Amino acid sequence: MKKVFEAPKSLKPNIFHYCPGCGHSLIHRLVAEVFDELGIREDVIGVPPAGCAVLAYNYFDVDMGEAPHGRALAVATGIKRVLPEKIVFTYQGDGDIAAIGTAETIHAANRGENITAIFVNNGVYGMTGGQMAPTTLPGMNSTTTPGGRDVDRDGSPLNLTEMLAIAKGSVFLERVAVTSPAKVKKAKKAIKTAFQTQIDGKGFSLVEVLSACPTNWKMSPVQACKWIESDMTKVFPLGNIKDETGYK
Amino acid sequence: MAKKLMRGSHVLGEAAVRAGCRYYFGYPITPQNEVPEYMSGRLLEVGGTFVQAESELASINMVIGASMAGGRVMTSSSSPGISLKQEGISYLAGLELPAVVANMVRGGPGLGNIAPAQSDYFQATRGGGHGDYRCIVLAPASCQELCDMTFKAFDLADKYRNPVMIMGDGMMGQMMEPVEFPEAIDLASLPAKDWTLSGAKGRPPRAILSLLLNPKVLEEHNYKLTRKYDAVVREEVAWESYMTEDARMVLVAYGTAARIAKGAIARVRQMGMKVGLLRPKTLWPFPYKALWELSKVVRQLLVVELSSGQMIEDVELAVKGRAEVNFYGRPGGMVPTPDEVAHQITHYYYRAQLDQDDSSGLAAGGLK
Repeated sequence: MKKVFEAPKSLKPNIFHYCPGCGHSLIHRLVAEVFDELGIREDVIGVPPAGCAVLAYNYFDVDMGEAPHGRALAVATGIKRVLPEKIVFTYQGDGDIAAIGTAETIHAANRGENITAIFVNNGVYGMTGGQMAPTTLPGMNSTTTPGGRDVDRDGSPLNLTEMLAIAKGSVFLERVAVTSPAKVKKAKKAIKTAFQTQIDGKGFSLVEVLSACPTNWKMSPVQACKWIESDMTKVFPLGNIKDETGYK
Repeated sequence: MAKKLMRGSHVLGEAAVRAGCRYYFGYPITPQNEVPEYMSGRLLEVGGTFVQAESELASINMVIGASMAGGRVMTSSSSPGISLKQEGISYLAGLELPAVVANMVRGGPGLGNIAPAQSDYFQATRGGGHGDYRCIVLAPASCQELCDMTFKAFDLADKYRNPVMIMGDGMMGQMMEPVEFPEAIDLASLPAKDWTLSGAKGRPPRAILSLLLNPKVLEEHNYKLTRKYDAVVREEVAWESYMTEDARMVLVAYGTAARIAKGAIARVRQMGMKVGLLRPKTLWPFPYKALWELSKVVRQLLVVELSSGQMIEDVELAVKGRAEVNFYGRPGGMVPTPDEVAHQITHYYYRAQLDQDDSSGLAAGGLK
């Protein structure tokens, strides 16, 4: 019988610990499929965050080194500077990359580090139990924004990826979602382009993935996906934000 | 090889490069700016990598990454910057990653000032960051020793897979002395590392992990570190005994303070006082045993530090009440003169009647 579907070789055969409806397992799979398709698994070195994906080394069948919270792109810079021929990526949540690690993120992009960042934006601190993230939407409930995020009191969500577009060293930036089959396909294409950008030595690439957190949003997985499309994309519009790769 | 006249910060950089350091990540802070300045040019010459990071936090995390990838790597800073690096130093220790961190200590706390100080002793010798860990801490007292200890630091870091701190101070970084540099090592001669991240080609993937959620697993990891630190204590303690053979009083001082102490000893020796110096060259591991042995025959100790008194706690732990431990220090970046210290020696020496005959050598300044 002809095999039409199989697990990516770059994923270990472990069961994901992520909550039902969480986007992480889907995004892990997309990244792993891209490794397989580009034939880079044996050259990849990953840096997981502090956050829900801290155990990513249980799933990606590649070398991985854990970074302190927010410092993934600094750690990745160190790895890449020693091993420039390897493919180095970070996998970070919104709190990691856009709050505590903002400085490391902006400066890695601005130096044009030839690294790929996968930025998973679910609008909350998931692992610690649903506190306000830099990307929490106005009015959105979290355990530290009683009555919902009040922009006068709590500030507004940060569009990190748009900020990174200003940095001269960033080459490919795109925001995607994993809320429907069509969007998943688009997400994978962006992730593949981001890694191709690194393989070709062009500079910093980042894909922001809007991802559901049904547990902390207190929604069903289907509701959560709908809410991303109806509400979250208004603040975080999908699409390419910067493309200086020169690819057709 | 002929001696070269160089300032301490440049000695540190040159010795690091000759010891095989090819990666430096730093952030400017006085009084050690000459280190990154020197490294930026020197690493270019030898095909290494210099990155001026956006902060001390970023630079120590770049060190973590470079060490994971197998590079001989260092960073340097001064007190407030070292405080910022402590998170990363804790991770280096936990992840068992070799790295060299130089601290050219300045006056504190807070922003303090940029004058020489030794007020980071507690921070350096007690770990400094969170968790159960130790840094190996080397304390040079001259530019030549700074050179030699820098070589040693990289080897110790690799041997024990642990961060090694070189503790200088603002004066050590700035002063110029003649130094004889060893030949540069051949990088190919370094022992291969079988634990680094290099891509899982033809082998199972490696993970260098900091999060060990299972308490039983983390306990064993902590005990593994403890056994390693026990080995460091057994193997690596170093100190200098200076004019202690006939001494009835011994000063305990390290680094710049030890040089001042030697000047003071020269003065009081001229006056016939039998005074020596015990100079820890490793602050951790601390020469507890050497001091304990010394306290069998010398019952008067004077600890001299450029602080309000930090190493004195280790001296007291070492002699366990068997000797009287006095202290003289100047905090806040003030540097005492040899005359000033000589006055202190004179005071304690005569108060304990050490000038009077004592065939046992013990009675005069001894136990109560």
